Formats: sequence, C-alpha cells, structure tokens
Amino acid sequence: MSVPAPKFDLDLQVPPPPDLAMVHPLPRKAGEGRRRLVQALVRMAGAVVPPVVVLALLLGLWQLLTMGQTGGLPAPTTVWLESKDLILHPFFDHGGVDKGLFWHVLTSLSRVGAGFGLAAVVGVGLGVLVGVNLWAHRGLDPIFQVLRTVPPLAWLPISLATFREAQPSALFVIFITAIWPIVINTAAGVRNLPSDYVNVARVLRLSPVEYFLRILLPATTPHVFTGLRIGIGMSWLAIVASEMLLGGVGVGFFIWDQYNSSRISDIVVALLWVGITGYALDRLVALAGRLISRGSAS
Amino acid sequence: MTKAYLSIEAVGVSFTRGAVTTEVLREVSLKVDEGEFVSIIGHSGCGKSTLLNVVAGLVPVTTGAVILDREAVEAPGPDRAVVFQNHSLLPWLSVYENVALAVDKVFAGRKSRAERRDWVMHNLALVQMTHAKAQRPSEISGGMKQRVGIARALAMQPKVLLLDEPFGALDALTRAQLQDRVMEIHAQLGNTVLMVTHDVDEAALLSDRIVMMTNGPAARIGQVQPVGLSRPRHRLEIDREAAFLDARHQVIAFLHARHGAPREAA
Repeated sequence: MSVPAPKFDLDLQVPPPPDLAMVHPLPRKAGEGRRRLVQALVRMAGAVVPPVVVLALLLGLWQLLTMGQTGGLPAPTTVWLESKDLILHPFFDHGGVDKGLFWHVLTSLSRVGAGFGLAAVVGVGLGVLVGVNLWAHRGLDPIFQVLRTVPPLAWLPISLATFREAQPSALFVIFITAIWPIVINTAAGVRNLPSDYVNVARVLRLSPVEYFLRILLPATTPHVFTGLRIGIGMSWLAIVASEMLLGGVGVGFFIWDQYNSSRISDIVVALLWVGITGYALDRLVALAGRLISRGSAS
Repeated sequence: MTKAYLSIEAVGVSFTRGAVTTEVLREVSLKVDEGEFVSIIGHSGCGKSTLLNVVAGLVPVTTGAVILDREAVEAPGPDRAVVFQNHSLLPWLSVYENVALAVDKVFAGRKSRAERRDWVMHNLALVQMTHAKAQRPSEISGGMKQRVGIARALAMQPKVLLLDEPFGALDALTRAQLQDRVMEIHAQLGNTVLMVTHDVDEAALLSDRIVMMTNGPAARIGQVQPVGLSRPRHRLEIDREAAFLDARHQVIAFLHARHGAPREAA
C-alpha cells in the first residue's frame, strides 16, 4: 500500500508549481542570499589571495636580498622611508620640473595621446588601403615589414635632426612606433574579410561607400582594435625611453633625473606608476574595442 | 519553343590560376519555369555550387549565358537572392538589422520607412523569427540563423531564390522543420527556386525537378528527374508514394551506380 501513495504525490506535485513557488521562496531566499554572499566572497578571495600572497613573498625576498647594504637597489622599506612624500603626494607642483608624479605621467600621457591618436588615424587609413588594393599591398607591405622592426629609440636621433625640437620629435617617435601594428592588423582584417560578407554586399549591390561603412568597417573593427592595443602598449614603451633623452616634464625624464641625483627609491615609485598606467591604457583600449564592436571583438 | 523564365544556356565555366586552367562546367543548359522548384544534386566538387553562383552572378561565365526574365545576368543583384550555406549573417547586426539592411537597400525610394519596417517584420514572421529580432546571430542557433538568412533573401522579393545547400550544416530534426517551412513559403509565395543539395530525400521532397550533375571536372547535366508529386506535400504521406520512391531511386541510381563518387571512379 505504501508504494502507490508517493507515486500519486509525485503526480500531483508536478502540475501546480505556482502554489508551491508562492509559499517557499521567502525563507529560501534569505538562506540563499547568505550562501550566495559567502560564495561570492570565496570566489573573490580566490582571485585576490594568490596575487597578494605572491606579492608579499616577492617583497619579502627583495627585502631579504637588499637589507643592510648601502647603495645599489634599495629595499622596499628603504623605498617607503625615502620616497614617502612622492608616494603620498602625487599632485604637488613646485614649478619647473619639480612636480608630483601625477603631473609627469599626465604630460607623458598627453604626448602618447597626440602621437598615438595620429598613428591610429593614419594607420587605419593606410591599413585599409593596403588591405583593399593589391598594388598598394605589393608596394608598401615590404617597406612596412622592414620599418616596423626598427626599435623606437633608433628613430629618435633622426627625428631630432629632422624636427630640431624635443616635443615634435617625441611625438614622431610615438607615432612611428605605434603605427605599424595598427597598419598591419587593419590590413590583415581587410584582406581576411570573409567572402560571405563580400557576397552579401554584391548581391545587395551596395555602393562603395555603403560597403565601406556597413561591411568593411564593422567587419574589421576587431582586427583594428587588436592593432590599437598593441600600438598603445608600444607607444607607452617608447614615450618613457624617448623622454629620458629629451628632458623636460614627463615620467621618462623624471626617472632619468632621479637616477642622476641618485634617488633610486623615487625610480622604484615611478616604475610602479608607469606599469599601472600602461596596464590602464591597455584595458582602456580593450574596453573601447568591446564597446564599439558591440561584443564581437576578441 | 517558349522562352523559359530562367534560362541557363550552354554555360561553361573555367577557372585559370597561373598557367593551370580548370574546366568546372561544360555546356550546361537548363530551363526553369516561373514558380518552379528545381534542385541540383551531385557529388562534392562537381560544380553544382558554381552553377548556382553563375546564376547569382557571383561567378562569371566563360562561355554561354544566363537569362532571367528576358534579361542577361551579368552581375549579382537582389533579383537573385542567395541563401548561403553558412547563413552569412553579419555578426555585428541584430536579426532585424540583417534583414533591414537588405530591405532598406532594395526598397529605398519605393517604400516608406514604416512600410520597410513592416516588410522586415513580415518576412521575419514568415520564418517565425520575430521573437528574436533584437538578438545577434551569435546568440541564436544554427537553424534560426538559416531562417533569418531565408527571411533576408525572401525580403528582397527575388525573381529567383537561390539556395546553396541551405540545410547542410543543420541537424536532422532542424533540417526537417526548415524543409517544411520552405515548402510552406514556396506554396504561399510561389517563388521560383533553384536549390543546390547533396541530400537525395531533400531534393525529392522539395523539388518539381531534380537536376543531376556528372562528376567534375567539366561537369554536365547528366539527367533531369521530374518529381510527379502533387502539392502540398507532407513528408509522412509521400515517403511511401511511388512517385517519390521512383524519383529517389532514379537519383540514387544516377549518383551511385552510374556516377560513383570521384574517388571510386578513379
């Protein structure tokens, strides 16, 4: 007798879920919420704890290796003691080049912005040309392939000789460093345009302008942003190096200046700023790519 | 001799790459009436897709000509809408925008903005995809993508609808559903359809005539098999009918007995 009874219960329980759902959610939700919070915390800890532990280990190792010695690489504690002002007050401005790190980084960023912006516009234009036109590809691609391997700093002397001034020279070095990955990735995107998209455009008889705006541009956006991400990274590499030689305000010159005044601790702090800014730039371009290509970019 | 609606006249296609010339099609002639559903079947690589692309205008003829509604086909155009095998929806556009791109281009100046919007929705409704109009191709299944591809092609109001193995990449159940849908739409709108397929059952179920192609290179039309089934057809009713079985048998006999797969023949 006990066998059929639960069977009936099952049959009855399945059809009317609304009634059950009305009664149960409240108490369940409260417990569930707490459990979810715990789960989220555990997940967050999983992401935060490993880097914190590794960082602590590395700092400890660094401290052990450099403790007690004078000169050379300062220990983390020495950095803190010597450069506390620099770390805690990034916004001071005593005129000239005696400014907080924020202002140095900002100046460097504005140079990167100008040089990289120009490289983005010219690079995408050249990339489309090289991708669309077979003769442009044959003519320009070998030149690009050679020029892109020239290290950023190698451009500096010739740039100084040409422009005779620090500012345009620095911009040119940024421009010439950032442009190659943008050109090459854009061209690759255009050349690898799936033939399906081209066929759709042909069947619809899209005009060249419509084809460019509605097919070519959106289809190559992911490639363009791959190029832009590599480009912004490279221009940030180039700006620090070129500013070391050019002087004036800028995080690159700051590093060089502190080296000349033997303030190695300040350099450590500046490196941290450079690294975090470069990382932020990369994420920023990646985010822009995701927003513009509406999720289809890698 | 009456002029056919779509006439493929002694079409030959050769591709030249460097010093090597490959003859894909030789002397292919076919006449299709208005409202007729014709399938092209053959082994892989026999040039059946090339023939479809010639009608679409995507591949130029080397010799011969294609004439549609008394006009020679020289370039691709929306009067010969193609449903591609891999749907070829633009991934950055939503389902609605993919169809609207075609509608806005084809009916610019002929329909008002509101009419165009209604026309897009009408065609999405034909393939039962209005519910997903805001989604992107990456968010919908393969069968749904293919339905949107069909809606886009139908929305161009083509003189002839070209289907290039439209259901090849789909699972059997989805394929059957879409075949039924295509039959319903064909019954409703009376489109002229040219479909490339390698599925014998699909060809026999959907077509008025099945065109069988010999193996390439230099493929020709080997045989044309009429399917003597009345419409509307239902897959459960026809699969025991003599006309269906006969058509099916003829095609299988042609493909396997007389023109085995290229590798077997060689």
